[in-house]
Amino acid sequence: MSERAQRLLELADDELILGWRDSEWTGIAPTLEEDVAFSSIAQNEIGHARALYELAAQDLGTTADALAFDRRPDEYRSAPLVTLRRLDWAHTIARHWLYETADELRLAELKASEDAEVAGLAAKMDREEAYHRMHAQMWADRLRNDERFESAVEELWPYAVAVLPESLRPALSERVGRPLPSNSLLLTLGRGGEKDELRELHAEMTMVRRSIPGATW
Amino acid sequence: MTEAAVWEALAEIPDPEIPVISLVDLGVVRDVAVDGERVRVEFTPTFLGCPALDVMRDAMAEKVRELGGEPDVLVVSDDSWSSDKITPEGREKLRAAGLAPPTPREASAPTLLQLQSSAFRCPYCGSTDTKLENIFGPTPCRSVRYCASCRQPFEQFKTI
Repeated sequence: MSERAQRLLELADDELILGWRDSEWTGIAPTLEEDVAFSSIAQNEIGHARALYELAAQDLGTTADALAFDRRPDEYRSAPLVTLRRLDWAHTIARHWLYETADELRLAELKASEDAEVAGLAAKMDREEAYHRMHAQMWADRLRNDERFESAVEELWPYAVAVLPESLRPALSERVGRPLPSNSLLLTLGRGGEKDELRELHAEMTMVRRSIPGATW
Repeated sequence: MTEAAVWEALAEIPDPEIPVISLVDLGVVRDVAVDGERVRVEFTPTFLGCPALDVMRDAMAEKVRELGGEPDVLVVSDDSWSSDKITPEGREKLRAAGLAPPTPREASAPTLLQLQSSAFRCPYCGSTDTKLENIFGPTPCRSVRYCASCRQPFEQFKTI
């Protein structure tokens, strides 16, 4: 697999899995506004995943749907941060804020890429992500100094660092105002590898696709 | 078949989620090229997660077939669409339907501070005494605001 396809899949898997996790709030978020917000954010993230899979699929001679739903759980390249199932508001906002902060750095780098297709798509995604960042920042400001939120940020911080390639980690550390975790800890938080929580999500996510193989919907 | 005729036909297709405005008004049709019977249409989605994407593509292909052409509709996911591409006619149609048109995009992305400012006009009474209720709304392209003057919530097309 080319380095480009690999990079696109990492990004696409992050957005797809996070989109699914965000969608778990549909119907049960603390307020109606947040129900709408998380559903809309989920829809955007899954849309980004689709566009990224389509680019990767051209390189790999397959389709976006096949990449999204026909791989085995251990073939996904998503970061452990997005795989975690933590259905409480403090963790959800902590992950949302950390992920969006990291993702902004990653997108900025991709926007400057010499690969016109990648740069164009990253720029388009970034227009939408600006609204995710506003939403995340609004909540992070509101919950700052809240004990549950602060401990969730503390717990998820190493996971957030592990989302990014090494070159972008110092910038994230500066933005979030936390020191980089040890390399030995980060090594345990690498992409891919089968995690129980991903296996569970994968079974649910691919259920319709597996029910009638090859069907067009 | 001329390119102008294709543009005219595409201008009759309503947006699937905001039917008061056409796909041409929305600015998503980027290019039309006619080569004999073959008609190539390039279009850019507004938001990548827009569920109406496939419906738009099929509607454009159908319109081209009605004209007797062989359609080739290409979805271009690059950075060529922004809310500034909505035509002046399109903006007026949005406003008349109670959906506030997007404010012009500045050099950098909009900020929360701007969204909380009073630059947004109520599409019903024209007052700028409006406040942000929710950054997100019923579709990815909309926010929800409230007008304190006519006491009416309304949808605001996002600036992207």
